Amino acid sequence: MADAALFEFLHTEMVAELWAHHSDPGPGGQKMSLSVLEGMGFRVGQALGERLPQETLAFREEVDILKFLCKDLWVAVFQKQMDSLRTNHQGTYVLQDDSFPLLIRMASGLQYLEEAPKFLAFTCGLLRGTLCILGIKSLVTASVASLPTCKFQVVIQKT
Amino acid sequence: MGTMLRLRHNKDLFVLTYGALVAQLCKDYEKDEDVNKYLDKMGYGIGTRLVEDFLARSCVRRCHSYSEITDIIAQVAFKMYLGITPSVTCNNSSRTEFSLILDKNPLVEFVEELPAGRSSLCYCNLLCGIIRGALEMVHLAADVTFLQDRLKGDRVTEIGITFLRKLDEKKYRRKK
Repeated sequence: MADAALFEFLHTEMVAELWAHHSDPGPGGQKMSLSVLEGMGFRVGQALGERLPQETLAFREEVDILKFLCKDLWVAVFQKQMDSLRTNHQGTYVLQDDSFPLLIRMASGLQYLEEAPKFLAFTCGLLRGTLCILGIKSLVTASVASLPTCKFQVVIQKT
Repeated sequence: MGTMLRLRHNKDLFVLTYGALVAQLCKDYEKDEDVNKYLDKMGYGIGTRLVEDFLARSCVRRCHSYSEITDIIAQVAFKMYLGITPSVTCNNSSRTEFSLILDKNPLVEFVEELPAGRSSLCYCNLLCGIIRGALEMVHLAADVTFLQDRLKGDRVTEIGITFLRKLDEKKYRRKK
């Protein structure tokens, strides 16, 4: 889909800035880092969360919110559902995407495993941001065992 | 249950992400011109890759003039990726300078005005870089800049494209 393409191209370009070796950072320039990407994703996740219709804010249980992320949010953002959701029923959830669109363009398997975290940081922030708007404080990390499958780990922070 | 999120396809995601990028660059760079340059540079990188995607999706015929190319940028590419069709004007008799007039601009949908102290910011400068990068990949050199910007108080938003080298008679895709 052409619309999805623009976001993917922009995301790839943002990640590419991490690869550029900033030996000459320029006037006041700051290297894009993983936390910067995550922070940008967080802002976007919040903005997406703010656009939710009122009904969605009346989730009864925490797990309903996670299911919402796996289905509705993922479809709206990546045109597919998350492939699996697991939990230890103690506030930790693992969301697995077997063919994560932002990793698809990278070769399958193990070749570019090292680079994968850069391609996941923004999305981790996005999940964290949407959860934040839904009233949940969380830590979101991602791991890749083999491209293009990845797992997002959501740990709910109890205040 | 259906989809509860009403995002217009993925355009909102792109627009929101772009906004976050501009905000981040404003944090990183004090001078507007540095932010503008960086946006243009990133756009250029995107453009060099986007053109392949565009050519794969569209069935553009070979062009024989800069005017045809500009029409395709406005009527096919902009429509395909941003859902808008800027109007095209030609600004010189040798037909190398054109303008794209954007009546609607989805990139600024959630932007009411430029941030304080950022009066020279070309918020949409990514677009200029994208056009420039894409044209270069089909062997056309061009200067692409914003001539007018609604966010700066102008009546319209206008992107100027100046083709720098004369297109020869042969099909433009062939290398000289």
